[in-house]
Amino acid sequence: MLKQLFLNKRKSFEVFTKAIMYLSVGLTAALVLFLLLYILICGIPNITPELLMSKPSYLTEKIGILPDILNTLYIVFATLLLVLPLGVGAAVYLTEYATSKKMVSIIEYAAEALSGIPSIIYGLVGMLLFSNHMGTCLMAGALTLVIMNLPTIMRTTQESLKTVPQSYREGAFGLGAGKWRVVRTVVLPGCVDGVITGCILSVGRILGESAALLFTAGFAHAVNGLVDGLAAPGATLTVALYVYAKEQGEFGVAFAIAAILMLLTLLINFAATLVQRHFAKRRSI
Amino acid sequence: MKKNQFLENFIHGIFLLLGLITVGCVLLITMYLVISGIPAICKIGPINFLFGTEWASTAKEAKYGILPFILTSIFGTAGAIVIGVPVGFMTAVYLSKLACPKVKSAMQSVVSLLAGIPSVVFGLVGMLVLVPGIRKVFQVPDGAGLLAAIIVLAIMILPSIIKMSVTALDAVPKEYEDASLALGATPVETYFRVSVPAAKSGIAAAVVLGVGRAIGEAMAVMMVAGNAPNMPNSLFQSVRFLTTAVAGEMSYSSGLQQQALFSIALVLFLFIMFINAALNFFLKREKE
Repeated sequence: MLKQLFLNKRKSFEVFTKAIMYLSVGLTAALVLFLLLYILICGIPNITPELLMSKPSYLTEKIGILPDILNTLYIVFATLLLVLPLGVGAAVYLTEYATSKKMVSIIEYAAEALSGIPSIIYGLVGMLLFSNHMGTCLMAGALTLVIMNLPTIMRTTQESLKTVPQSYREGAFGLGAGKWRVVRTVVLPGCVDGVITGCILSVGRILGESAALLFTAGFAHAVNGLVDGLAAPGATLTVALYVYAKEQGEFGVAFAIAAILMLLTLLINFAATLVQRHFAKRRSI
Repeated sequence: MKKNQFLENFIHGIFLLLGLITVGCVLLITMYLVISGIPAICKIGPINFLFGTEWASTAKEAKYGILPFILTSIFGTAGAIVIGVPVGFMTAVYLSKLACPKVKSAMQSVVSLLAGIPSVVFGLVGMLVLVPGIRKVFQVPDGAGLLAAIIVLAIMILPSIIKMSVTALDAVPKEYEDASLALGATPVETYFRVSVPAAKSGIAAAVVLGVGRAIGEAMAVMMVAGNAPNMPNSLFQSVRFLTTAVAGEMSYSSGLQQQALFSIALVLFLFIMFINAALNFFLKREKE
């Protein structure tokens, strides 16, 4: 009798937990599927060539997102250009040059702290640090994003530097190369995959960022060239989505932008997996 | 030879500088927040500021009490954790232990996709699906409020919780599980009584990471929470979080009002630093 009860209890625990697990997984998958389909279905019909190729005009009361697309490209370009040398350099210092353990742990702690700070605080500090001196402009937004993405680039580069075999370095030193020569010719070529992965992740983060840009890059919709564009205020796609949805109630345009962002997110995830797989294969050979 | 030595030292110095940039950034951010956040707290008085229950920054006799924001942030985060952690945890156990490799890799891309969706997109869907849904289901005049924010946050923290828990569960030594299975425990019993306790520091870190994400989220919450500076008395109350309090008034604020916003950011920053410390504590234990 007692044994039966015990067995029953075990059995029901098993069934019950399994049911909850399937439910949780199903819920997560269904949620993502719903989000994806809902946004694509609501958004794709609103993506017209006219929307993509024009700028908003008060005269014709039509909305175009060309300036926002351009601004997004400029800000991605400027941020990556600045953050890459900084992040890669920091990673090289940590894995190649740093000798004191304390220094390494301080720098790593700082990088972790940076990646934990919410974007609204970046926005605020970016406003104080950059926008108050150079005006609200894309460049101020890009500089804010540089600080935000520094830990990402650092981490991915560091991880790929760790996979460069120690024997390569020793071989190069043995041939009489100096430290800098070893870093330049052996270490840096080995971290290409980390840098590319870091770039992809950063682009994803920049595309999705809104809170940090609202107060640093502003939300103007003017079509500019690269240099003028960086010196002028402008909205990225994400910021434009927020402004159109929350302040102006233009849900059609908002959904069109959301669909574009969703497709870009899919593309970025796909690219990241592809890059990782490519380099994993090459490494195993 | 001398010239070479000089070059090497010079380059070492440059890399050292690059390495120290992160430290400099953290110090700079902390310094700027403290310097711009302290004056308003002094002017308003720390007690009045932190425990005042009324926020009326544009009224003639302005009142700057941020207790409603603090409580809303705490309640909102707690609610998101209560909903998000069980779902994320169960999903993680399934993915790490029970799922076949194909399902696992498919679900991992699904989770990465969820992690990559911009927060304003969550806000947009929340505004148009969740808020009207809550209004209809619960028969309340306006669906935008604490509950909507909690649900959006719960969804947004799912990927961090799942990813980190899966990593922790994957790292549990196979021998532990084998021993338990050999003693006659079923697989499910083994996973919950052996693997999960063995990975508990990592799972705790996942929860803390989720807390950090939830408390720092601004734009998605701004679009669904209603943004009235009320005390969070009920789930359907229109509320303002610490993050949305800063984001909402920043663009048109000036003087003491703006300084008070910086003080709110300082309070938020202190919360985050505390959470980071907790996260580091759990991660360190996980490594041991």
